Amino acid sequence: MSAIESRRATLVSVRPTSKLASRLKRIALHGAVLLLCVVWFTPVLSLFVTTFRSESDSSQTGWWHAFVEWRPVLSNYVEAMYLTGVGRSVVNSIVLTVPTVLGTVLFSAIGAFALARMRFRGRIALFLAMVGFQVLPPQLVLVPMLKFFLAVGLTGTFIPVWVIEMGLTVPFGIFLLYGFFSSIPSDLVEAARIDGASEPRIFFQIILPLSGAVLASLAILQFMIAWNHLLIPLIFLGSGSLSPLTVQVASLAQTNAGGLNTLTAATFISVIVPLVLIVSLQKYFVRGVLGGAVKG
Amino acid sequence: MSSQILQLILGLLSLPAVALVIILPGELAIRRFPQKTQSSIRPWIWLSPVLALVGLVIAYPLVASIVYSFRDATGSNWVGFRNFVWAFGTAMRPVLFNNVLWIVVFPLLTAVLALTAAIMLDRVKYERVARTFLILPTAMSFVAGAVIWKMMYTYEPPMQPQTGTLNAIWTAVTGNMPIAWLIDRNVNNYALIFVAVWMSIGVATLILSAGVKNIPRELVEAAKIDGAGEWAVFRFVTLPSLWPTILVVLTTQAIFSLKVFDIVYVMTNGSFGTDVIANKMYSELFVKQNLGTASAIAILLLILASPVIFMNIKQIRSEGGE
Repeated sequence: MSAIESRRATLVSVRPTSKLASRLKRIALHGAVLLLCVVWFTPVLSLFVTTFRSESDSSQTGWWHAFVEWRPVLSNYVEAMYLTGVGRSVVNSIVLTVPTVLGTVLFSAIGAFALARMRFRGRIALFLAMVGFQVLPPQLVLVPMLKFFLAVGLTGTFIPVWVIEMGLTVPFGIFLLYGFFSSIPSDLVEAARIDGASEPRIFFQIILPLSGAVLASLAILQFMIAWNHLLIPLIFLGSGSLSPLTVQVASLAQTNAGGLNTLTAATFISVIVPLVLIVSLQKYFVRGVLGGAVKG
Repeated sequence: MSSQILQLILGLLSLPAVALVIILPGELAIRRFPQKTQSSIRPWIWLSPVLALVGLVIAYPLVASIVYSFRDATGSNWVGFRNFVWAFGTAMRPVLFNNVLWIVVFPLLTAVLALTAAIMLDRVKYERVARTFLILPTAMSFVAGAVIWKMMYTYEPPMQPQTGTLNAIWTAVTGNMPIAWLIDRNVNNYALIFVAVWMSIGVATLILSAGVKNIPRELVEAAKIDGAGEWAVFRFVTLPSLWPTILVVLTTQAIFSLKVFDIVYVMTNGSFGTDVIANKMYSELFVKQNLGTASAIAILLLILASPVIFMNIKQIRSEGGE
């Protein structure tokens, strides 16, 4: 009895300090999270602010000076769009990315359907090959693909880039879709089969409609990859009239043509689409990343 | 411009057509066969588009690169191991050393920061909002990240007003001399690596956050009842449970370190002792037009990546066995 009493007494006496300690801990935690967010966001903010500053302002003061003296100009965007070829590059990036995404999703879905829903010799080996191909350095494909597309006369079109971007992502796409396709209940498929549904019908009318979310995840990931890649379009489209945004911005940055502020406007134009996508479709992006990464 | 639109339409029609050109007629053709024959032919009909694509873009280049790596600059004569002797020679040594630095520093720094972020974000209510801030750089191209950080690292001579964010903070707070982040050989490689860290934290945090949330609450509670403090809980519960996930993050970033190209290409183009394997390969291929040495570098990358390739295969295999 007395033991309990004394225990209660110490508890009461301990409480205020531990409450203070835990409150301090909470404050430190919020402070650290806030600091991390600020540090991570500042570079993005600096880009955005610089796009609205004039060349003369930027050469004399840092971007943060805009908060002291706000003199926004739009000339950087106008110059980027019309003088440095960024407007044309926006179209090129779309022409490069949209067919790549469609093709990647379709090829991956067909491959995953075969691997997940059919039984044949070599199935496991083929699946494991896809796992291995996912981490292959893309540099490996450059020389042979360059020779191949020169030989068939398709360089200077978007075809090599579509094909290579698809080929590099489809192993991952199959891996991502495989798990989901395997988990679709067999009863559903069997019932359709008994009703006389053909295999393409099962694929297009049962499997694909059920997989909307995971297909969207693959689509958004491949959109980001293809839209943001530099090396493949740099080699197969060059920095001429077919160059997508990454190649155009990289060459502006290297040659310093057009000046810093035009470069920042061009850069911001190049990131706006993926930024909007990742904020608005974050759920699908997260699912794709986790579905493809977490093993075990 | 109209040629681009034409190509867009062509792509949207032809890529699905190529995917289905064998499957749909093939399905019609095998319909007459007995059920058993059908189900043994069908998988290969459905696999044909993927086998053709992966065969062309991955399997063929894999073999062809090996062949080219033993041939001369134009790919016409055998030269034995000469390209590999060059690849491990004095010209490549500083380049290889830089990649070693990337492989050690980049995955570790990313994993430590992402793990810290994942554990902290797990304890606040506004996790989703904070996470969005960390993911934003991930959505951008490495080219864009490089442009942004070229600005952040801007260097003006001493006594001039510093317009780069880092030098402005550095000289204001401590009264130090400004640092030429991208030129000074003591810091420039780390400056480049940090750009990659800034861009990769988002995905690494996502993956580790999922891992943190998978740790059973009871395990943490039990440890706390046993008197474990924050550090002990982290050391003996969190870290061991997360270890497989941390390994995924580390290996993914190690592979990235091997093939890093964009950041170096835009920020320094390999000058001031920052060259890496992938940039060297690009210059061998396009400036020197040497298919042999470029292919030898590609094979070198493959050899360096192969432990991770086999590790992943083994991992998936063991999961399939369960």
